[in-house]
Amino acid sequence: MSVKENTEFQPTIVAFCCNWCSYSGADLAGTNRLSYPTNVKIIRVPCSCRINPMFVLRAFQRGADGVILCGCHPGDCHYMEGNYHTRRRMTLLFSMLNYLGIESARTRVEWVSAAEGQRFVDVMDDFTAKITELGPNRRLEDLRCKKN
Amino acid sequence: MQRIGVFVCHCGTNIAATVDVEAVAEAAKSVPGVVFSADYPYMCSESGQDLVKESVQKYNLTNVVICSCSPRMHEKTFRKAVESIGMNPYMLEIANIREQCSWVHKDKEEGTEKAIMLMKAACAKATLNTPLTPGMLPVTKRALVIGGGIAGMQAALDIAEAGYEVDIVEQKPTIGGKMAQLDKTFPTLDCSSCIVTPKMVDVGQNDKIRILSYSDVEEVKGYIGNFDVKIKRKARYVDEDKCTGCGLCTEKCPMKKVPNEWNLELDTRSCVYIPFAQAVPKVATIDPRYCLKLNKGTCGICSKVCGVGAINYEAKDEIIEEKYGAIVAATGFEIADISRYDEYAYGQSPDVVTSLEYERLMSAAGPFGGHLLRPSDHKEPKKIVFVQCVGSREEESCKGGKEYCSKVCCMYTAKHAILTKDHYPDTDIYVFYIDVRTPGKLFDEFYRRAVEQYGVHYIKGAVGKVTPHKETGKLEVQGYDMILNEQMHIDADMVVLAAAVEPSHTARRMATMLTAPMDNNDFFTEAHAKLRPVESATAGVFLAGMCQGPKDIPETVSQASAAAAKVIGVLAKDQLVGNPCIAHPDELMCNGCSQCAGVCPYGAITYVEKEFRMPNRTTKMRRVAQVNEAVCQGCGACTVTCPSGAMDLRGFSNNEIMAEVDALCL
Amino acid sequence: MASNYDVTKEEIEEIAGVNPLRCMRCGRCSAACPSFDNMKYHPHQFVAMVENGEIDALMESESSIYKCMSCMACIERCPRQVQPARLIEAVRLAVVRKQGQNHLTPDDIPALLDPDLPQQALVSAYRKFTK
Repeated sequence: MSVKENTEFQPTIVAFCCNWCSYSGADLAGTNRLSYPTNVKIIRVPCSCRINPMFVLRAFQRGADGVILCGCHPGDCHYMEGNYHTRRRMTLLFSMLNYLGIESARTRVEWVSAAEGQRFVDVMDDFTAKITELGPNRRLEDLRCKKN
Repeated sequence: MQRIGVFVCHCGTNIAATVDVEAVAEAAKSVPGVVFSADYPYMCSESGQDLVKESVQKYNLTNVVICSCSPRMHEKTFRKAVESIGMNPYMLEIANIREQCSWVHKDKEEGTEKAIMLMKAACAKATLNTPLTPGMLPVTKRALVIGGGIAGMQAALDIAEAGYEVDIVEQKPTIGGKMAQLDKTFPTLDCSSCIVTPKMVDVGQNDKIRILSYSDVEEVKGYIGNFDVKIKRKARYVDEDKCTGCGLCTEKCPMKKVPNEWNLELDTRSCVYIPFAQAVPKVATIDPRYCLKLNKGTCGICSKVCGVGAINYEAKDEIIEEKYGAIVAATGFEIADISRYDEYAYGQSPDVVTSLEYERLMSAAGPFGGHLLRPSDHKEPKKIVFVQCVGSREEESCKGGKEYCSKVCCMYTAKHAILTKDHYPDTDIYVFYIDVRTPGKLFDEFYRRAVEQYGVHYIKGAVGKVTPHKETGKLEVQGYDMILNEQMHIDADMVVLAAAVEPSHTARRMATMLTAPMDNNDFFTEAHAKLRPVESATAGVFLAGMCQGPKDIPETVSQASAAAAKVIGVLAKDQLVGNPCIAHPDELMCNGCSQCAGVCPYGAITYVEKEFRMPNRTTKMRRVAQVNEAVCQGCGACTVTCPSGAMDLRGFSNNEIMAEVDALCL
Repeated sequence: MASNYDVTKEEIEEIAGVNPLRCMRCGRCSAACPSFDNMKYHPHQFVAMVENGEIDALMESESSIYKCMSCMACIERCPRQVQPARLIEAVRLAVVRKQGQNHLTPDDIPALLDPDLPQQALVSAYRKFTK
């Protein structure tokens, strides 16, 4: 934690990755030793359609500065149509979050296949840079949740 | 209270180089619930696994968190290890500190910090883990094959070979399918019936295979391992067990003017009929649409001449119910209706035929006994024009054509051209093509042979109009040669149209019953286009042949054998182990709104009326969701859709994921 | 020679409402065309030339654009909705627009009529307004 306080703003980024495409894509980035910021913390879910909007809200409430959802490319979903559900749900959720003052750049849905290690890295680099620029999320963060 | 053990792997230097593993193990000690932590150079090695097992026993651990490589790598290994000492394997969590930490981050301090967070998240999830037991499903060790064409026969033979019983349901009176109607097969020009009829006999004589011909699948219920299927056996008015197939009734039947489907209505048959000489089962069938006895109560000759008393005019459709463990859909294809292409004069002149009709005209068992004659005046055609892509590769909005390429037409047209030239060398043959598509072993060589050796005129271009001339009996073909850039007029004797293939008209009904997905063209969709090409997304349903997309005979046979191998894989198990990470509803919270059933891609969710206890010893009936454990694949789409939050996913529950989120954010 | 009419293929495509890239070169349009022998550029070539942006050549080729009877046989036969006749019509329109107000007078028409072909204006009008 000491690193965080000493240097400039380090955003907390939660990345939900579907088990079949994006999580493997992230693994591939590792296998190829492609580096991306440590701010990105990955949570594995079976399918991007498993991601309840509540999880995204919870992340923001607990102090995440950005939330990104990664799933299989449209048409490639392991469960046939899960990512289409994700796309629709998140469009609604993100526009609501935008209305609540969470900049739309803080939320994102990306399609990353199991072969796209480089793409995973590019997406994460770009996303982290954007969030760092935006600064900390103060809108939904519940300070009572922060311990210490 | 949970007693968690944390095990941090060095993975040689793969992790230890950029993550301070000792620090991670040390940090774990202060995580709530953790009672033991250790680090080890190779956790996945025998001795590493032993360390985990010993610690579990020594410290009485309830949960294990392994900080190592990706769970896709060794989750199974570690789960097996803890299972061997009696721990529930789903009480184990992996923190991915190699692929998603040490390998992607260069700075040791940052890497260690992230590794600690990942470890904490895994611990947070582990705390909420519950033991999961996969459901065990019994397997009915019998298979159903829908369709008795070459795909269905091959699949049935392969399954029977492995020792399982198979039923083939075929809607026609005989098995054999389209392949039995073909004259020769490309590119080797084997006689089609010479290779398919022995297969039919094999199927007929195999005591593991039961042929339910002249039957339809009426209803499919259940799931992998346990399908309940209702099959309608249409009344054929002839007792299958008694009939010897002697053919006396077909000879004596006075109703001889029935269009013969077997020869694509190019000739006629009797009303009581055996489709063709090598039919299996070789049993007569009475066509109820034409039978005088059934319609007018007269005649009755067949029952008088039948020596074994097999004719039964009182027969009724029968529904039989059977149980199966797996199903192969091999519903095959039809030739698309091309009557709307009036420019080709199909239907206006009998000399304009589809390729399958041409196949029958050439066949030795066909209407002219193998002598190629024009249907109109029974003269030998001297000039034949073949038109490719009739109804294929056409936008649906144009004439309701098929957008796909029918795949087999280029090759069978080359075959027709070669065969015709072989038998009648003085015939002039023109083939109008858009593209010649002949990928396949010895395919292009075959097409080039038609051009170079047989002198078939292949013309890049199209036919615009076919005009039948009454006086001359000729067909005036107006076409266009794109390379010479000129319009051509050919006085042809016959025009052969390579009509598109389309899935059987029963396919959609079948897919609905099987809850198997289909594409817009009514072809069955495979579970994965590359890696699971013979499986339907519905567990326990497998695909073979043209019902999945246009393909030729060798491809069909290989797919059928592959499907059979998959079926055997299912039937060989005494019990199917389910995936325990599936959705389950909290019945007290469920409102019975059906939202979850709407998003489930597998049709795994059904609704039941259940009685719930209410205050004062009353009860109340309520409609609640029920997840079929065998069908659910655990995607979680329903969990998010559920408005009351009743649906949750085992292994990835709402609470578990929230705990992870919390651990990572704080 | 390049007499620049300043008409781009995009304009032609827009007027016609047709995307020539849909063409898969099957030649059914030219196979069906009743005016084929009288045209310098045949329907399928017309599509390809629009796709390649050779609009000037098309506008100059009176034998192509005025021998098309707008019978719409090519549209009828086309399996991919390329609608060559609409492209030809669009080029005709472009020519008319360039020429400004110099319409044909009724006296000019008889000399232009081809006795072997059906009355272009009649066929064209019927087909256009019933399509």
